[in-house]
Amino acid sequence: MPGLDLTPVELLKIYYYLKLTRGLEQRVITLYRQGKIIGGVYISAGEEAIAVGSASALEPDDVIAPTHRDLGANLMKGITAKEYLAQYLAKRTGLTRGRDGNVHYGDIRRGVIGFISPMADLLPVAAGVGLAFKLRRERRVVAAFFGDGASSRGDFHEALNFASVMKLPVVFICHNNQFAYSTPLQKQMAVENIADRATAYGMPGIAVDGNDVLAVRAAVAHAASRARQGEGPSLVEGKTMRMRGHAEHDDASYVPPALLEEWRKRDPIDRFDAYLREQKILDDITAKEIAERLSKEIEEAVSFAESSPFPDGTDLLEGVYAS
Amino acid sequence: MEITYLEAIRQALWEEMDRDERVFMLGEDIGVYGGAFKITKGFLDKFGPERVIDTPLSESAIVGAAIGAALMGMRPVVEMQFADFIACAFDQIVNMAAKHHYRIGEPVPMVIRAPYGGGIHAGPYHSQCPEAWFFHVAGLKLVAPSTPRDAKGLLKAAIRDPDPVIYFEHKYLYRHMKGEVPEGDNVVPIGKAEVKRKGSTMSVIAYGAMVEQSLAAAEKLVPEGIDLEVVDLRTLQPLDMETILTSVKKTGRALVVHEAPKTGGIGGEIAARLAEEAFRFLDAPVVRVAAPHIPVPFSPALEEMYLPNADKIALKARELANF
Repeated sequence: MPGLDLTPVELLKIYYYLKLTRGLEQRVITLYRQGKIIGGVYISAGEEAIAVGSASALEPDDVIAPTHRDLGANLMKGITAKEYLAQYLAKRTGLTRGRDGNVHYGDIRRGVIGFISPMADLLPVAAGVGLAFKLRRERRVVAAFFGDGASSRGDFHEALNFASVMKLPVVFICHNNQFAYSTPLQKQMAVENIADRATAYGMPGIAVDGNDVLAVRAAVAHAASRARQGEGPSLVEGKTMRMRGHAEHDDASYVPPALLEEWRKRDPIDRFDAYLREQKILDDITAKEIAERLSKEIEEAVSFAESSPFPDGTDLLEGVYAS
Repeated sequence: MEITYLEAIRQALWEEMDRDERVFMLGEDIGVYGGAFKITKGFLDKFGPERVIDTPLSESAIVGAAIGAALMGMRPVVEMQFADFIACAFDQIVNMAAKHHYRIGEPVPMVIRAPYGGGIHAGPYHSQCPEAWFFHVAGLKLVAPSTPRDAKGLLKAAIRDPDPVIYFEHKYLYRHMKGEVPEGDNVVPIGKAEVKRKGSTMSVIAYGAMVEQSLAAAEKLVPEGIDLEVVDLRTLQPLDMETILTSVKKTGRALVVHEAPKTGGIGGEIAARLAEEAFRFLDAPVVRVAAPHIPVPFSPALEEMYLPNADKIALKARELANF
């Protein structure tokens, strides 16, 4: 059974990051409704297990290429709540110092490649990170995330083929959350599983319950171990559901309410919470302690972001080039 | 010793690969076959398959992978088989590579070698001059040498540069152009134009294969008492306006020459900058010699009509001298 290899401390760390992700994003929604957010708000509610489960399977010096629904993975790689909120508020203290918004941030020193809007663009880039690892004989892995919509882009095909031909240490991880903006799966693809496409690239592909954080972790850990041993890339598809709109301006009225209701019962955090209680790893006292820690971390981040200055523009024209 | 433009490129690659083990090459048919133009012939034997990588036919993945490797501290050199195919990688270049440093503050040291230009009777998909597509995009450096000396020195500079550089190497010049190349590690700085011929009647501002044609036009006009100063841009982005302005302020007349179509070409920007910054020094309107706004035609009879050459430049220069 997945999770048996983990200590209670490790399991509670996963729990913490699941809750931090949801708590931060809920706070962002509040700030958005208060008119304090500049631009769009992209929420991973209901699919946090893919980001957190995957990142929990990586080593500290591994690299991730996240999507806009991978806050949990970014946090596990060391992006802070403060940086995240300052970025949303377009402040100078955000990771891009106000030069880019919301979920477009990264820091290669912490192993996070900055996400950009064109879908699937980071997949070839991740292949290149894997290529650097391979050329330098480093036993490191790159986890490259994408969504069901991105799998229709040419860069998805090019990257998976490229990585497989060269046996690069990449784990391709799909959030199959049923909708790409308003486009449902049946208009996106004519196959049932994105993981099935792995066969065409000569790599293993597995579809897992994306709302089971330990199942995601186990699949990614297996793929990462394979990659680390020089056996090449894998494709892991997490089946999940986008529980909110594409962004917060989108009421997602095109999503059948019954579908959301069905998935709400499979909420990844509720399930993991129940599992931990069943295993006697979590009780009310620990849960309360964690909730207090989270609340403190989030509110400190809000204060930091709100009190941070906007960029003053003195360096507006600088930094186009590194030299 | 005189060497060809092609040999100069080959030498720069060889010496940089030898000097810095972070430098590696990737592209289609560059290893076993030695490249479509045989520039990388012999490299596989010397540097091995890990540093001379034959890739799948995937321009976007090749450039994306180069970006990823560059982010990890490598120095990738991509060979686009033909500059025309760079369109397949446009998104990675303009959205990922070009903007990364401004947004995130991390350097992307990579070179894309783009064999470009006409005069080889190769039709609409093997003859284009696509530099203007990229000239508009902030964050890219564009170089276009016209001589073996500059070809070698600029490629060395490009490989050592911390920013993404598109190196436009002219296919017609590969074997037609010979010249002296200094001994030793000679680097030609990016961002510096060079006056290739001093003159007094007007400034001819050109780059790539049009420098040779402009110099030939200058010789034709000597008996008529028309004395052309030929400014070779060498770097297109960032543009060396200082050298252009110094020359034009001296001569009072400017003729801008490029092989790419006139419409939306770099010549338009230069003409506009001259109007903005040197209007009081001009004795005549700025004029352009460039290709018509049509795809590059295939038949030699048509291509000859299409391409600017020494006669067409001389004709315009005569008109401008008599304005």
